[in-house]
Amino acid sequence: MRYVGVNSFADAVDLMGSEQGKCMILAGGTDVLVQLKLGLVEPDLLINIKAIPGVKEISVSSTEYRIGVAVSGAELGEDAGLKAEWPGIVEAMELIGSTQVQGRATLVGNLCNASPAADAVPALVSAAARVEILGPLGRRKINVKDVTIAPGKTSLAKDEIITAVCLPRQQKNSGDAYLRFIPRTEMDIAVASAAVNLILAQDGSVQSARVSLGAVAPTVLLVDDAAKALVGSKLDDAALEQLSMACSAACSPIDDRRGTIDFRTKTAGVLACRAAKIAFQRAGGSL
Amino acid sequence: MNVKRKFKVLGTRPVRPDGVEKVTGKALFGADTYATGMLHARILRSPHAHARIVSIDTSAAEALAGVKAVITSADFGEVDSEMTRDTMHNCMANGVALYDGHAVAAVAAISKSVAAAALKLIKVEYETLPHVTDVDAAMQPDAPVLHANRQHRSVVAGTPGNVVYYCDFGHGDVDAGFAAADKVIERTFKTAATHQGYIEPHACLANVGSDGKADLWCSTQGHYNVRLICAEIMGMDESQLRVTASEIGGGFGGKTTVFIEPVALALSRKAGKPVKLVMSRDEVFRASGPTMSASMDIKIGMNADGKITAGHAKLRYQGGAFPYQMVMMGAMSAFATYDLEHVRAEGWDVMTNRPKMISYRAPGAPMAVYAVESVIGELAAEFDLDPIDVRILNASREGTKSSYGPTFKAIGLVESLEAAKAHPHYSAPLGANQGRGVSCGFWFNFGGQVSVSMAINADGTVNLIEGNPDIGGSRASISMMAAEELGIPYEKIKTIIGDTASVGFSDVTDGSRVTFAVGIATINAAKAAKAEMCKRAAKTWGIDVDAVEWIDGAVHPTGHNAGEFPPLSLAEIAANSGRTGGPIAGHHEGAPDKAGVSFGVHLVDTEVDPETGFTTVKRYTVFQDVGKAIHPSYVEGQMQGGAVQGIGWALNEEYIYGEDGRLQNAGFLDYRIPVASDLPMIDTVIIEVPNPGHPFGVRGCGETAIVPPLAAVGAAVCAAAGVRLFELPMSPPKIMAAIDAKK
Repeated sequence: MRYVGVNSFADAVDLMGSEQGKCMILAGGTDVLVQLKLGLVEPDLLINIKAIPGVKEISVSSTEYRIGVAVSGAELGEDAGLKAEWPGIVEAMELIGSTQVQGRATLVGNLCNASPAADAVPALVSAAARVEILGPLGRRKINVKDVTIAPGKTSLAKDEIITAVCLPRQQKNSGDAYLRFIPRTEMDIAVASAAVNLILAQDGSVQSARVSLGAVAPTVLLVDDAAKALVGSKLDDAALEQLSMACSAACSPIDDRRGTIDFRTKTAGVLACRAAKIAFQRAGGSL
Repeated sequence: MNVKRKFKVLGTRPVRPDGVEKVTGKALFGADTYATGMLHARILRSPHAHARIVSIDTSAAEALAGVKAVITSADFGEVDSEMTRDTMHNCMANGVALYDGHAVAAVAAISKSVAAAALKLIKVEYETLPHVTDVDAAMQPDAPVLHANRQHRSVVAGTPGNVVYYCDFGHGDVDAGFAAADKVIERTFKTAATHQGYIEPHACLANVGSDGKADLWCSTQGHYNVRLICAEIMGMDESQLRVTASEIGGGFGGKTTVFIEPVALALSRKAGKPVKLVMSRDEVFRASGPTMSASMDIKIGMNADGKITAGHAKLRYQGGAFPYQMVMMGAMSAFATYDLEHVRAEGWDVMTNRPKMISYRAPGAPMAVYAVESVIGELAAEFDLDPIDVRILNASREGTKSSYGPTFKAIGLVESLEAAKAHPHYSAPLGANQGRGVSCGFWFNFGGQVSVSMAINADGTVNLIEGNPDIGGSRASISMMAAEELGIPYEKIKTIIGDTASVGFSDVTDGSRVTFAVGIATINAAKAAKAEMCKRAAKTWGIDVDAVEWIDGAVHPTGHNAGEFPPLSLAEIAANSGRTGGPIAGHHEGAPDKAGVSFGVHLVDTEVDPETGFTTVKRYTVFQDVGKAIHPSYVEGQMQGGAVQGIGWALNEEYIYGEDGRLQNAGFLDYRIPVASDLPMIDTVIIEVPNPGHPFGVRGCGETAIVPPLAAVGAAVCAAAGVRLFELPMSPPKIMAAIDAKK
């Protein structure tokens, strides 16, 4: 295995393009190093991108937040503006791993690991976040939703690399929330998860919604029927019941050591309702 | 024994002598030892649950640059003892891989990466065989049998071949007892295999010299036992193998045998260099010993007043890939808590394609007691009786003929139950979706062989050497007992754990025996030293030794007739020892056998989320009779640690096997021991009913605390969720399925 540190994304793209074998990117390393140690992956080229200028920065404009690819969970949590605007995303990221892991783990790493149970991804999807990608043909932007195409697989070409996460500025009267189920209180992987992002109308009812589920399908789901269940409501029992049913209907999980199909399907609905209530209150709604 | 004896040192809480080194990272654990020219070893393990090893081709691995030795079972000789042979074949498969993770070959190389690369070059041809991992399936007549003709004589003829041991304890006539009961409940329970979960993986450094002598450093609960096993496997005299126990990062019974030490020794012998071998966590789960899983039928009869009329337990334990005898401990413990006229407990030990079981804190007891206590709780609820009152009514007391034979001497079960009932925890109000559970528990405790050597230094300080690795603060408690007996301050004593060449044989640190047995040896060694100091004082004064006595750390004349001399302190006698006959020391070797049994009672409140089945432990209190708490902080630590391991066993810990017989959760991510944030503070109440078999009243206290939590948490979860569960762990999917089934 070759290990190379780069100073620009363009260099990374060049290196990946000319490497015949398998390439992996090292940012926080909280997945990659564990996989290397366990012998699950054997890359021929490991590229460290932490020294690229700007990768540890969060910048904000009138339209979006731009989050560098090496910004850690702990740093995300210390950004007061981001935390106030997108508490669901920040909390989702902060659920990952231990305090030590939080000092290293990154949003983009969580995304590119391409696990259906990735904690940060449902929250990013419900926020309609996008990622910026650099490849040999230049830059492009795609929805976070479209990055993961199967467990462990992304839609990126071999010589493409994500250069930043772009998060829209949150609107007024809006709020997001993310909840996951694990059998203990921390240091675990979601058995089922749900993220909800709501915008309220003047009358306090839900004007628009995005509901996303994790760990219940091969990739993170954006459930349109679940959003429809909420729009126009003030989260009355009937709307929540419909939300829960829509979420459970969208699930196609597996039975494994972490949970059963039945359990995941049911829990996804329960978590969506609970997350919806939190998001609703964050948006200024009253239950 | 003087129960009212006032102690100066015992019962205080001094800082442990090994504490600073441990919290500053200076202490040397198993993987912290290095030697010049040291090689790194790795073990190749079977990916199959059961497979014949057709051939192993190590030539390509041996040809790799940097590889210094490759071994297989062919590198081990014959051993006479069946038990040691099984241990050896567990360390290295002999013709058949018996479980996923069973070692088939090992490599020693100049670096870890070369060793890892070499493993991939070893070609093993397997012929897979049918496998079985479930205890009930393994007892079927058509189940694949792991070893033919290995059934103990206790097994009834015609019993399927995986059943290797049978036992039957009890007295009276259980059928008559059931006939006389107002209500009889019979239930079937299942519990999963759990791992000891020590944080430090197995690690060792072996150095075999060209003269055949060897040194071995390892993380173990008993280095004399390591020497015994390894010397036999290596064909060495015990005197030529010196074993040093490192500091130990947890054992809980799991480090009472060897898994890697013979492999490291064989590699070192072949390579002619020191070899270091450290297990990964994945290897710890796949190839070191978890405890048994169990399938159990419990039948108990009770009268409306709460009196138990009879109890019958049938325990079927699965203990992995080799013959073993451990269900006996479950059968003996199952009803030990109760004074019963009619009682019977039968047990079957069964082999399966899983790693060979090894002791885990009160081995065999927690699951049996879980099943029995759960039925007693259900019967108490049936008659609307207070669960503690029912237990007090039936409790074993001094003079009770126990369910497993002996008659109990002074014990503290009733005192523990009464303390639990009077505790504010028991009457505290419960919130919505919360439930409270209570359970008793029991463990035998053990004495065993022990050696202690003590030197009185000329400056009045004392060095003490003992042979049991310090797992739970025993350096502190042993120093405290020496200080108490010698009448000098704790700080004047330094206790070390000697290697196998420095002090006499000592049994493994298990059976909650160290404070009891090493304590007795320490007291006797101190007495021997005191007797010598009396002689020296008498000599100094020119009077007869019968005319002096030891009082409070000094020698005094026995009275005016003996002469008028100011007392001579330990320090004064020690300072003068060079002129009165040379160095002063004391030693004791023995096998004390009056370890007092220990009972505990646990109270727990849980809250169950009715929509997800998630259990939160809200409050937990442990009550336990420990005889005499030498160092109360470490006694409390044992009580808390046992409770926490039991909580994990009850709620989430389990070995999960797929249809292919492979372990699916060989890591702490999916083998869920509780993390700190999962737990409330575990409150403790120490009960002291002195053990008549120890000068200070000590009982073992380390193991009892893991016995009650399974049933206590079980009862609390059932009460909180409004369902009855008969299987551990009570993971959220199982709780939710039970809640949904009730709707």
